[in-house]
Amino acid sequence: MTTHLSAGHAPPTAPAGPPPRVRLAAEGLRLAYDDRVVVDGLDLALTDGSFTAIVGPNGCGKSTLLRALGRLLRPAAGQVVLDGRSIARTPTREVARVLGLLPQTPVAPSGLTVADLVARGRHPHQSWLRQWSSDDEAVVTEALAWTDMADLGDRPVDELSGGQRQRAWISMALAQETDLILLDEPTTYLDLSHQIDVLELVARLHAERGRTVVVVLHDLNLAARYAQRLVAMRDGALVASGTPHEVLTEELLADVFDLEARVVPDPVAGTPMVVPVRRLPR
Amino acid sequence: MSVPSATRTPAGTAAPAVTPRTAAARRTRRRALGTLALLVLVLAACAASIAIGTRPLAPGTVWEVLTDRSLRTEEAVIVWDLRVPRTALGLMVGASLGVAGALMQGHTRNPLGDPGLLGVTAGASFAVVLAIALLGVATPAGYVWFAFAGALAGTVAVYLLGAAGRGGATPVTLALAGSTLSALLYALVRAILVSDSNSLDAFRFWVVGALAGRGADIAWQVLPFIVAGLVLALVNAPALDLLGMGEDVARGLGQRVWLARAVGLVAITLLAGAATAACGPIAFVGLVVPHAVRSFTGPAHRWLVPCAAMAGALLLLTADVVGRVIARPGEVQVGIVLALLGGPFFIALVRRKRSATL
Repeated sequence: MTTHLSAGHAPPTAPAGPPPRVRLAAEGLRLAYDDRVVVDGLDLALTDGSFTAIVGPNGCGKSTLLRALGRLLRPAAGQVVLDGRSIARTPTREVARVLGLLPQTPVAPSGLTVADLVARGRHPHQSWLRQWSSDDEAVVTEALAWTDMADLGDRPVDELSGGQRQRAWISMALAQETDLILLDEPTTYLDLSHQIDVLELVARLHAERGRTVVVVLHDLNLAARYAQRLVAMRDGALVASGTPHEVLTEELLADVFDLEARVVPDPVAGTPMVVPVRRLPR
Repeated sequence: MSVPSATRTPAGTAAPAVTPRTAAARRTRRRALGTLALLVLVLAACAASIAIGTRPLAPGTVWEVLTDRSLRTEEAVIVWDLRVPRTALGLMVGASLGVAGALMQGHTRNPLGDPGLLGVTAGASFAVVLAIALLGVATPAGYVWFAFAGALAGTVAVYLLGAAGRGGATPVTLALAGSTLSALLYALVRAILVSDSNSLDAFRFWVVGALAGRGADIAWQVLPFIVAGLVLALVNAPALDLLGMGEDVARGLGQRVWLARAVGLVAITLLAGAATAACGPIAFVGLVVPHAVRSFTGPAHRWLVPCAAMAGALLLLTADVVGRVIARPGEVQVGIVLALLGGPFFIALVRRKRSATL
């Protein structure tokens, strides 16, 4: 397989002209589980064709934010706006034709084959009147091929390795044919080479398929290498937002992660690379 | 240009397309063959259920009676008033229990899901015991409405209890509420039976679960509920496929989760409630049938639900026929035969890893 290392850190330079359209935005968002407020007063705008990584320490609310952006969690206050319309007031199937999401470590029912899993990505495009069509068949076949899963189409998902399984789910998200894709820590439980493999695939979704991608990531160095924009959170608030060079500074690492670290250029990609020194007392 | 055309197509779109297509065809063939086999076996079980009984009748006599409705012989009465309604009821109740089990296992994502989990059986038992002890009701036709009302009340109570928590009704809170309420209701049932031996006598014939002694009137009474339940179950099937991947993925694909849960809950209550009302509590069908069927349908509910209906009917009718044969001139109730057959059958299924998990 060819590598697409350049895809992540060489974003197409913004041409002069109107600024890119905002596709998905959080406005004055407050998110809470019961009485415990996790995120408060958060504003965020995600533009068309962007590739954003949300980073932050454990429990900072980044996955909660992603769930709210994907209308899995109803905000206690504020709203999420998709294409200028409140996502809470948009029929969920309509949302599902524009916005796809992959939760952290999703589980497929035992015995479900890869091809059937990917086929289920077509659900928002079907109805009682319009069942499985040759269009759907073509999209699924193409999604399997594009993610290099065509040969594994007949294999049960639960018998695949962790890396292959994540590919199958990304293939399903691709078959859903949404402009936006949200991924919650897609590299969890994967070894380093499979983390790279999955993030290459996500970067290709962005670069080759023009998807607007939002991904929650733990690994700062990988986030800096693949995403165009980093959003750093701490204690439910947005602390910094910008290019990896703007966000990944030694001061920010101390502020957000309580981490003393050096930031050096990544010898391969040139993006900022974090070399930890020690944990700072809070 | 002399470039081979294959290299100009986007990587992999042409060649590997064959693999999933043939594999899908193979899967469809296996499902179709399994469905066809089930259909044939169900018809055979119906024939056996009409031909075989406590009173031995020659197959020729049975056929003669079936084809000529003007005959009013004793044999005609046996076939038309006893065996045909009993067979029809076995078909309906078996299908209901099989489908209710498939829905329950799909909604809870729990391979041990059983329709009884939702308090249906306990609610029906409690209502029947009350009807016997307080109102002196003493016939299966008299129990039906009490059992059905008890089943509905049990499910509603379980749902309200399960939804009272902060997260609303989830499969886990429903199962917890179901087992709690069942334990409570069974304790009350026992308390009544201990203090009233007449009720015990009537109740113990209801609680084993039987097709015997139920006439066509009972079949007609529960038929509309079973038809409604089966239709809702079929409507629920695509949503169950999505829920099988977790609520988050299902929502992400545009499924309204609360709606799917509500449809499923109503379908399970109608099916399990009607089955219990007609025949008393019958265990094992709801638990075993979806497992057996999944081994050839796979996890797709649009195949699983109809096949579970046929397999449930097949299992119940077969067990009923076996019960008529093994203790001649008497009969063994279908609930007892199923418990005897079902145990070993289930162990054998669980030992085959593929069908043991959801």
